[in-house]
Amino acid sequence: MKKVHVYVTLKEGVLDPQGSAVARSLHALGYDEVQEVSVGKWIVVEVEEGPNLEARVTEMCEKLLCNPVIEDYSFSVEEAVSS
Amino acid sequence: MKAAVLVFPGSNCDHDMYYALEKGIGADVEFVRHTEKSVAEYDAIFIPGGFSYGDYLRSGAIARFAPVMESVVEEAEKGKPVLGVCNGFQVLLEAGLLPGAMKRNKDLKFICRQVELRVEENSSLFTQDYQAGETIKVPVAHGDGNYYCDDETLASLKENGQIVFTYEDDVNGSRAGIAGIRNQAGNVLGMMPHPERAVEELLGSKDGLALFESMYKHWRESRVVTT
Repeated sequence: MKKVHVYVTLKEGVLDPQGSAVARSLHALGYDEVQEVSVGKWIVVEVEEGPNLEARVTEMCEKLLCNPVIEDYSFSVEEAVSS
Repeated sequence: MKAAVLVFPGSNCDHDMYYALEKGIGADVEFVRHTEKSVAEYDAIFIPGGFSYGDYLRSGAIARFAPVMESVVEEAEKGKPVLGVCNGFQVLLEAGLLPGAMKRNKDLKFICRQVELRVEENSSLFTQDYQAGETIKVPVAHGDGNYYCDDETLASLKENGQIVFTYEDDVNGSRAGIAGIRNQAGNVLGMMPHPERAVEELLGSKDGLALFESMYKHWRESRVVTT
């Protein structure tokens, strides 16, 4: 079993209304050093090990987990603790 | 006109759509569940608003893979009229039947109120009963209605006259004020505002009725030609 961590973020250049609201709020709290905030998703997928793991995960991202029109994704594979 | 109103888990404007079609234009309406395999027997397909599958992941992202959608895509490609309203529009975007994507509203609030729309074109089967440039009043009710597409897509939407409705005021941050677009062939329309909630004066406006009447007229005329 492997644990795949998928990170989905808005593409660069696509205005992120959630990110800018969080940035404004951080500024209001006095964190003037904050330049930009982006808000995304972190999806954890537990999968059985197989020969095409990376290719299959890429496919999952492109088909369902991420909308390529507005989002980018990246993922990392972690050995899951055996159950 | 045999009309199919799709029902996903979480659809909540399906009955409004049914009502508008039945009372508004006397259509023979049926609910079609997400598990059905075919919509081929219907003359037009309506994807209603709501929160299909709880809007999990992204609005419309999971509904787009529901069993019924394969047939919807097939029929759309054959030229059958398909109208997606609100969540229905989001489903059409996710399914790739229309270009672009939806983001959260720019002020992050769920907006539920009457808005003014400009009818940008009246050459499609959905808008022939409107005047081009006319202002109509139709309610919106959405949290993810901030339409986005890249520059290239926007230019091609403009060039092909695919922008059907725009907001008179900036409601949600949508690019070019886009409230509704159609595909290049002209048989698929997606819009965030709810024409099915504006079919009687009692509802605050009946400006949405002409959209259904346009579709009905198109259906009747296409029958005359084929029979």
